[in-house]
Amino acid sequence: MSATSSTIVNLPDQKTATLPKRNYLNNEDGLLSWLFTGDHKRIAILYLISITFFFFIGGAFAGLIRLELLTPQPDLVASDTYNKFFSMHGIIMVFLFLVPSVPATLGNFLMPIMIGAKDLAFPKVNLLSWYLYWVGGLFTLAALVLGGVDTGWTFTTPLSTHYLNTHVVTAAVGIFIIGFSSIFTGLNFIVTIHRMRAPGMTWFRLPLFVWSNYAASLLMVLGTPVLAITLVLVALERTIGIGVFDPTKGGDPLLFQHLFWFYSHPAVYIMILPGMGVISEVISTFSRKRVFGYTAVAFSSVAIALFGFFVWAHHMFIMGVSNYSALVFSLLTMLVAVPSAIKIFNWAFTLQKGSITFETPMLYAFGFMGLFTIGGMTGVFLGALGMDIHLTETYFIVAHFHFVMVGGMLMAFLSGIHFWWPKMTGRMYPESLSKLAAVTTFIGFNLTFLPQFILGYLGMPRRYHAYPPEFQVLNVLSTAGATVLGVGYMLPLLYLGWSLKYGAIAGNNPWQATGLEWQIQSPPLTENFIEVPVVDHEAYDYEWLAHKTEQEVTTVG
Amino acid sequence: MHISPVLWQFLVKWLNASALFPREASTIAPYADALYFFLLLITVVGLTLVGTLIFGFAIRYRKEKHPVAIQVEGSTLLEATWTIIPLALFLICFVWGALLYFRIYNPPTNSMNIYVVGKQWMWKAEHEGGQHEINALHVPVGKPVQLTMISQDVFHSFSVPDFRIKREVIPGRYSTVWFQATTPGSYHIFCTQYCGTNHSQMIGEVTAMTPDDYQKWLQASTSGMSLAQNGERLFASMGCNACHTGAAAARGPNLAGVYGSKLQLTNGSEVLVNDAYLRDAILNPSEHVTAGYAPIMPTYQGQVSEDGLIDLVEYIKGLQSNYRIQQTLVTTESDQAAPTTPAGVKP
Repeated sequence: MSATSSTIVNLPDQKTATLPKRNYLNNEDGLLSWLFTGDHKRIAILYLISITFFFFIGGAFAGLIRLELLTPQPDLVASDTYNKFFSMHGIIMVFLFLVPSVPATLGNFLMPIMIGAKDLAFPKVNLLSWYLYWVGGLFTLAALVLGGVDTGWTFTTPLSTHYLNTHVVTAAVGIFIIGFSSIFTGLNFIVTIHRMRAPGMTWFRLPLFVWSNYAASLLMVLGTPVLAITLVLVALERTIGIGVFDPTKGGDPLLFQHLFWFYSHPAVYIMILPGMGVISEVISTFSRKRVFGYTAVAFSSVAIALFGFFVWAHHMFIMGVSNYSALVFSLLTMLVAVPSAIKIFNWAFTLQKGSITFETPMLYAFGFMGLFTIGGMTGVFLGALGMDIHLTETYFIVAHFHFVMVGGMLMAFLSGIHFWWPKMTGRMYPESLSKLAAVTTFIGFNLTFLPQFILGYLGMPRRYHAYPPEFQVLNVLSTAGATVLGVGYMLPLLYLGWSLKYGAIAGNNPWQATGLEWQIQSPPLTENFIEVPVVDHEAYDYEWLAHKTEQEVTTVG
Repeated sequence: MHISPVLWQFLVKWLNASALFPREASTIAPYADALYFFLLLITVVGLTLVGTLIFGFAIRYRKEKHPVAIQVEGSTLLEATWTIIPLALFLICFVWGALLYFRIYNPPTNSMNIYVVGKQWMWKAEHEGGQHEINALHVPVGKPVQLTMISQDVFHSFSVPDFRIKREVIPGRYSTVWFQATTPGSYHIFCTQYCGTNHSQMIGEVTAMTPDDYQKWLQASTSGMSLAQNGERLFASMGCNACHTGAAAARGPNLAGVYGSKLQLTNGSEVLVNDAYLRDAILNPSEHVTAGYAPIMPTYQGQVSEDGLIDLVEYIKGLQSNYRIQQTLVTTESDQAAPTTPAGVKP
């Protein structure tokens, strides 16, 4: 790979360069050294492999769904099978991919290094959380292999408790266990950020990635137990019929909705906040500028986390919440949109007066900003009460949350993976292929989900296996887009795998970024830092970096 | 909310012709569409703004043009601007959306009532005259129609996109939605809440007819028995009239005129007798013992279907005392003078 004039890639001489002799990858050998590791970086790699596995399973179901919807008739699979497809797609993507994606992989790998710590506060709990993830994952896979589950990812009662004969309890147990994995990760992050920052690393010197993971961790710790309780109640209702949700026993079916969304709305922010952290890092690095209004961006993460707990009933505007509580929740929903808008404009103005280059992570970050703006604005459609009545439960919802979750979160995840790939592996990915993948993903994504907004306004309900023929054209477009999108996701899998062996040696700081993680060797040592670093500069201080580079200070020989 | 009517007509015609837009077939639809266009407008403006900023800065400050970045800490003025302007816009959306919500969910007092029961996997509509239809609903245009809906099993959701209305149909609880069709024609009814295997087949059709056609349809599809008459028969066959005789010394309270009144219960509370209360009193009598009576009524949970409950409620509604209480509640155009109605009573 040649460094052109437009690139800031600062690679060592490829003829002489080698990977560091000792690093976290080769420090110990053998499968067992991985399975019993306490190293946050190795656990991050374990997570990365695991979530990639589940992402492609979830993606395969998405492909099947889009294939079925190519024609209005229910002709590819039977109704029950289709219902299982979208249920498994939702369950796997939400609980096994989106929730753990950035925190458990990039967060696990980078957060301790970014604050100058040697590891997370509780390395064994960290490993335990990966095992819990897999135990939960295996229950979910078992539910799939034994015949599937067709509740949808929302487990709505009384459908899930009284009317389905599928493996609801198995899947619920799976998610219950995965929930603990999430709680442990959050707890570990909170304690680490509070207790293990290096000398000089004050709260307002923390990289914004750490701030956003901190906010997401608060949500994980406070929200996930509610989900766990809800699923226990569903399992008890289903097995022994305790009657909490059953109206014939004096229960309230709406109670389930309240409990479920009390977790699942904040969960949206668990998914998106860490992604926003990635975008802050990437935009700053490739425009060589401190993030515009650092404090506002940091506090907006916390604001989103706090407001996130008070908007859950906006999922129930048509379900019979009282008109006045609908008013309150609509107002609060509008308020939570404000910090997101602040972030978008702060990122845009970070570019101003910068010195911008267009590396792959930056392309994904630009994609994120566009798609997240659409995702956020369409959220305002749904927050506006009267409009919500027409749009909710249609494809508009599907398009909206895919814009936020896939257009936002997944773009951020891919941006982050490319950005930190040199740090994690010590090698670069192939530049032109990765740019092609970023563009393909962006085009495929828009082609898939833009038509769904129109479908939604036309009234096509979600979770429909067959549909009236007038909706076909837009569905065909969407399926075509999904095919392109699939290619966009396969490409990184292939070339990132290839780069593990053949990629150019990256050196310590290919992007000339300011974070502590870039001041150590790539891949890092198991203990991260040989000496505890002392932080004497603000986050994103490029002048400090230039000064330091001049002095040729190296952390590791 | 006021666009030039000519421009509006043109826009709607063009959109309808382009098949990217649902038909406007109810009085609510134009209001919903106006808000939709406003939201669309601010989305496009916002997106254009963000896009222009990104592309503009990316071109203006690319490395070749601008090799050294100039560090800027932030700007309170700018940040306040992009906090306050979106906040103001979102608050406008909130108020507008709330006004629309109340318009959609508050029925006019003169609306006619039709019952809808959602079941896995069909819609059953019951007209007061006893006409039943499955996955179909006939309504007159130009008259407000209120649907009183309940589910017999799981959550369903009643949606007519061309009317821009939707409401969850909940087990164990009546929910209502109203509309006034403007154009004769037939429109999809979708179930939009996932309800199991044949969720996507739970599609019906609402046929909006001229009032004359509607009268003809009502006469042609009559079953001979109105809901209230069915209810009366059920009332007798379940033995309800053994206690609810109407006599002063009866074991159960007199039901004549009870609908719409306030009832004193033995636990001291006062309740408004409406459809939901009557239904619940039949299913869970021990929780609703009228003051002065012993808690001896058995539960009818599991013994009477939702359809039967609707018939019973309809029958009890129609039991008159000395005034036509139902008329006073349901219509403001009654030829009889309305007696005192408790404030805030809605059927």
